[in-house]
Amino acid sequence: MAKAGPAGLCAAIELKKAGAPVILMDENGAPGGQLFKQIHKFFGSREHKAGIRGFDIGKELLAESIALGIDVRLDTEVVGIERGLKLWAVEKKARSYTEEAAAIVLATGATENALSFPGWTLPGVMTAGCAQTLINVHRVLPGKRVLMIGSGNVGVIVSYQLMQAGAEVVAVLEALPRLGGYGVHTAKVRRAGVPLRCSTTILRAEGKESVERAVIARLDERFQPIPGSEETLEVDTICLAVGLTPAIELSCIAGCSQIYVPELGGNMPIHDEFMRSSVDSVYVVGDLAGIEEASTAMEEGRLAGIHAAHAMGYLDEASMSAKAEETRRRLSALRQGAFGQKRFDAKRRILEKKAAV
Amino acid sequence: MSSNDYLKTMGAPSFDELERAGMLPSLADLAGRGCVCVECVEEIPCNPCETSCPQGALVVGYPITNLPVVDRSKCTLCGLCIAACPGLAITIKSVEAGNAKIRFPWEYLPLPAAGDEVEMVDRLGEAVCAGKILSVNSAAKNNRTAVVTAAFPAAFVQQVASIRRKRHGTV
Ligand SMILES: Cc1cc2nc3c(=O)[nH]c(=O)nc-3n(C[C@H](O)[C@H](O)[C@H](O)COP(=O)(O)OP(=O)(O)OC[C@H]3O[C@@H](n4cnc5c(N)ncnc54)[C@H](O)[C@@H]3O)c2cc1C
Ligand code: SF4
Ligand code: SF4
Repeated sequence: MAKAGPAGLCAAIELKKAGAPVILMDENGAPGGQLFKQIHKFFGSREHKAGIRGFDIGKELLAESIALGIDVRLDTEVVGIERGLKLWAVEKKARSYTEEAAAIVLATGATENALSFPGWTLPGVMTAGCAQTLINVHRVLPGKRVLMIGSGNVGVIVSYQLMQAGAEVVAVLEALPRLGGYGVHTAKVRRAGVPLRCSTTILRAEGKESVERAVIARLDERFQPIPGSEETLEVDTICLAVGLTPAIELSCIAGCSQIYVPELGGNMPIHDEFMRSSVDSVYVVGDLAGIEEASTAMEEGRLAGIHAAHAMGYLDEASMSAKAEETRRRLSALRQGAFGQKRFDAKRRILEKKAAV
Repeated sequence: MSSNDYLKTMGAPSFDELERAGMLPSLADLAGRGCVCVECVEEIPCNPCETSCPQGALVVGYPITNLPVVDRSKCTLCGLCIAACPGLAITIKSVEAGNAKIRFPWEYLPLPAAGDEVEMVDRLGEAVCAGKILSVNSAAKNNRTAVVTAAFPAAFVQQVASIRRKRHGTV
């Protein structure tokens, strides 16, 4: 059982391929998690479906799970997990039932962080993911002149997509002295003429009924606004791309021990090299187990699926080890380089804590 | 790995940073048929450029965080890598008889059309000179990334990175 983002879909596909009966539950009306908002071509290698646009990856995974005959239950929210692996699910906000499982794979993803400043409750202030859903899923442009707060990959990719949708991005602000996102993504936005401003933040949003202006200022080394550096930008939309936090609620209910890893988004359930949490037969994968990328989420999902299939007797030890080894090799290839190393080290801390428990 | 200070504060690589990564072609490289310009100076987990190249001229290798390396002797300038790169970091440039050409990826609407007079921009999005669209290729194999060719004066060949975006309805 899983949640139907890329991590959950991959776990379900591995389980079903091994012959295990699988139920996939997702609270949304369409599976695919974050993938369906992502109209850009993905990074990674061919094995990770790089170069393919996010929503096409979602469609592919979905078609595969349907072809395999996986029992996909949409509009189904899992609201509780009892001891003995009993899931409490609510279908279409109308009917509630329980389902007993031999193993549970939790792939609940993440929620976006907010940022509070005077005026942040004005209409027009929204998270970057919200703006991305509006333009790419609902085809509604949230505004004409956008200020993006945060220069990580989410901030720069959503800035690019807002321009593709026809908006102007007035600036991308970054509180840190260096830009966060991949250089190739920042370069795309920069050559479209968007200023990317480091050591700068928003002080307040102003407007009568909705956002009309943003007041921004430069920050000193101690992240304090420099007096006299204030500037006013005429904008009607302010997007917040200030990080994601793992959606750990269900894993807490299930009793999984947590660890605080700021590099990966905050608190998250600990796991071992097969993505097993501290609770027997409960696996945690994807952004829930540390904010990374869709490519790593898919590999973690596969690992959990492979191991759970083995634990339930659908896959012998030798094929499980061979498949897991192959998946782990691809996973570690994704965690190299300066960006990857940080995540690799953080992930190792999670494994060590699990080993110590 | 170098610290790429310019890239990490301005958002686009400087000539120095490109040079250091071996990614700034010389004027000799650009002369005549020209060459493929890959501007990807950071170690990121990515390699569609490599898998898209039918000639094996673009290599990332293992681990996939290596920087891409072009073997110009193998490259046929087919341009497949331009649309395949999710970073939109690849162009093909050439200089002949005082005229420069750039083949670059384009994902904004409205698409430019052959014959359009356009403004060529540098890596920071600043206008550098006037240019003219020669062709627009939106073949299905490019998966919704158009590959556009534009001509402009040769003096600006190292600066030019793209064209200025036309805005829907507004100025
Ligand atoms: C703007 C943006 C750009 C990105 N670009 C890239 C990229 O280029 N390459 C890349 O590799 N990654 C990229 N990512 C990251 C990638 O999208 C995520 O890492 C990936 O989606 C995580 O997968 P997941 O399955 O863990 O979570 P999700 O995709 O978030 O899926 C979790 C699912 O679980 C459901 N759910 C949660 N709680 C419950 C519950 N209680 N009951 C039922 N259902 C529940 C959710 O509704 C959701 O459908 C990007 C992310 C963003 C925001
Ligand atoms: S232009 Fe063609 S041959 Fe040259 S590197 Fe790109 S894909 Fe390979
Ligand atoms: S595909 Fe583009 S972004 Fe990816 S490694 Fe190659 S050049 Fe860099």
